Amino acid sequence: MLKLLSNSEIDDIHAASLDVLEKGGVQINNEPALKLLHDNGCNIEDELVKIPRELVEEQLGKAPSEFKLYTRNGEKEYTVGGDNVIYNPGSSAIFFVDQKTAEMRRATAKDFKELVRLTDALEHIHAQSTAMVPSDIDEEIGDLYRLYVVLKNSIKPIITGAFTIQGFTYMKNLLEKTVGGPEELRARPRAIFDCCPSSPLMWSDVTCQNLLDCAEYGIPGEIIPAPQMGATSPVTIAGTLVESNAENLSGVVISQLANPGTPIVYGGSPSAFDMRYLTARLGAVESVMAACAGAQIGKHYGIPTHGYLGLSDSKTSDGQGGFESGMGILIAAMSGVNIISGPGMQASENCQSLEKLVLDNEYCGAAYRMLDGIHVDELSLATELITKMGPGGHFLAQKHTREYLRKEQYMPTEVLDRLSADAWVKAGSKSSTDRARERVKTVLSEHQPEALPKEREHGLKDEMKKILKNYSLKPSHLPKI
Amino acid sequence: MKEEIFNQLKEAVFFFEVDKARELAEKIVQQGIDPVEALERGLADPLREVGDRFETGEAFITELIASAEVMEAGSEILNKEIARRGADKKSVGRFLIGTVEGDIHSIGKNIVATLLTASGFEVIDLGTDVPTWTFVEKVKELEPDILGLSALMTTTMIKQREIIGALKDTGLRKNIKIIVGGAPVTAEWVKQIGADAAGLDAGSAVKLALSLMEGK
Repeated sequence: MLKLLSNSEIDDIHAASLDVLEKGGVQINNEPALKLLHDNGCNIEDELVKIPRELVEEQLGKAPSEFKLYTRNGEKEYTVGGDNVIYNPGSSAIFFVDQKTAEMRRATAKDFKELVRLTDALEHIHAQSTAMVPSDIDEEIGDLYRLYVVLKNSIKPIITGAFTIQGFTYMKNLLEKTVGGPEELRARPRAIFDCCPSSPLMWSDVTCQNLLDCAEYGIPGEIIPAPQMGATSPVTIAGTLVESNAENLSGVVISQLANPGTPIVYGGSPSAFDMRYLTARLGAVESVMAACAGAQIGKHYGIPTHGYLGLSDSKTSDGQGGFESGMGILIAAMSGVNIISGPGMQASENCQSLEKLVLDNEYCGAAYRMLDGIHVDELSLATELITKMGPGGHFLAQKHTREYLRKEQYMPTEVLDRLSADAWVKAGSKSSTDRARERVKTVLSEHQPEALPKEREHGLKDEMKKILKNYSLKPSHLPKI
Repeated sequence: MKEEIFNQLKEAVFFFEVDKARELAEKIVQQGIDPVEALERGLADPLREVGDRFETGEAFITELIASAEVMEAGSEILNKEIARRGADKKSVGRFLIGTVEGDIHSIGKNIVATLLTASGFEVIDLGTDVPTWTFVEKVKELEPDILGLSALMTTTMIKQREIIGALKDTGLRKNIKIIVGGAPVTAEWVKQIGADAAGLDAGSAVKLALSLMEGK
């Protein structure tokens, strides 16, 4: 594994974060959490909570080192923890790259459904995410509507999050109806819920309540601080790590006090704040370093980790897009970040692009190959074979080549150019982006996601109707997609 | 003497010296130098210069904000003197700004406020998580030329609509211009909720504010 920090540097960051929590404190705008922290020995003035170091270390010890995440049908499990890597599309983009005009415009429900179906088909993106905020859906139901679309259109596990306190409950209900009840959902989680503190050092009422509710129902929560280095955190990577570590630790304390042993993920979405253009550069090398170093701290604590990586600040699928995304995807894998959110995303965290998702899928495949490493043993060394063939021979007809080819060489799809120069010209001189667009079209017309069993589908629809009724909305109000 | 103090004040703005600016402002008051002229030439002019350098990429936002804080420190003292003398100070316009209820993000709003100050606006910042009714009361009380509503999240953006609705209901809407800002805000949203303009980034928010003032 790639290590950006030494153990003694992690110890220094840990000590500094404990200092920040104990002496400075975190602001928590949530009554139940304030009460919980107060009852457990925290000093609270107004909404500023000072957390003693002993409490942090005690609660840290209760967080599980891994948990399982399941496909919708409960048949396949993924371990979230250790050095396992799961890629999922970046979450909650407002914009979408129009498939016909290539312009960046507001995302719609139909776009989102297409992204979900594409993700369902992609080989190396193992989890879904509620990746956009559809502009044609009422804001109040935006969060649960997205989950509804994912549950109907894909079997893959889900990374999601609620927009409101009530939203969480409704989303939990939708999940329960889909998988067969509360016990099943608790025993085998299908979704992780993001709960994001606001940097520096604040928890809003909604996100903190989401964290508590996750704990109550045994749903894995994912703490994602999003510091902008130089603006909402120190400009130094080390200082940013101290701050975001303190935010993560405060979240761990809250979740473990609420329900000891409940699964929790140590996350991060750091960015370099651009002092010239006032933008958050998620694709900057410093952002990649901070996210991977943050995950390294989480791993050091022995809890599952997350990072916002594999996205780009470029507004289009170009060289910058490929470089920044590829760098994030590869370095995150080499750092053993468990949940990697970002593929498909460009314009920082603002836009989803189907063609970029297809391109990123290729980089993810290459990263998995990298993780598989170089196997050195008697047979792979092939000493005998090399001697036997001698100078000037070739290996094409050898059994050894046939036997090892598929294990040794990761086969990209046609999206990555592998042609001779002449063949490339004859095939229309297309760029990888052109071919990615073609793959998007093919997948969307051909791929059929596994259907929900009829009975469950009815249950899910009825639940959605009930929820809409609470908002005085009719099902006919939703766009036909 | 006056020119020398103005130059020193200018340097304080350029070199981010808050304490020195306060000291010099006190000196200006004691020596009976015109506080309006001091504010304009000693603080506003150099800050505008830093703002121009930021525009061209020679200065970074961290420097512009630090310079703006120097101006703020000095002008606090000079403004008191201006008020005491009952003199008029020059201002492009009065800009009331705040982040809507339920949203605790401040960085975008703060940057816009700084850039507006650097452009000669009198800026009143209500902070973050500001209830709809506070906006209405403050508009009534302070009669700003422009109201700026910041929201970082799609979930809190709906408050911008609520505030504009409340201003319409209370008859206050017609007297002010409204700029909405924040990551999820688009031109369509502006139309939908009946705002006057969208500040899609800090720089354009200031340009919009200046052009709205010309139209007033």
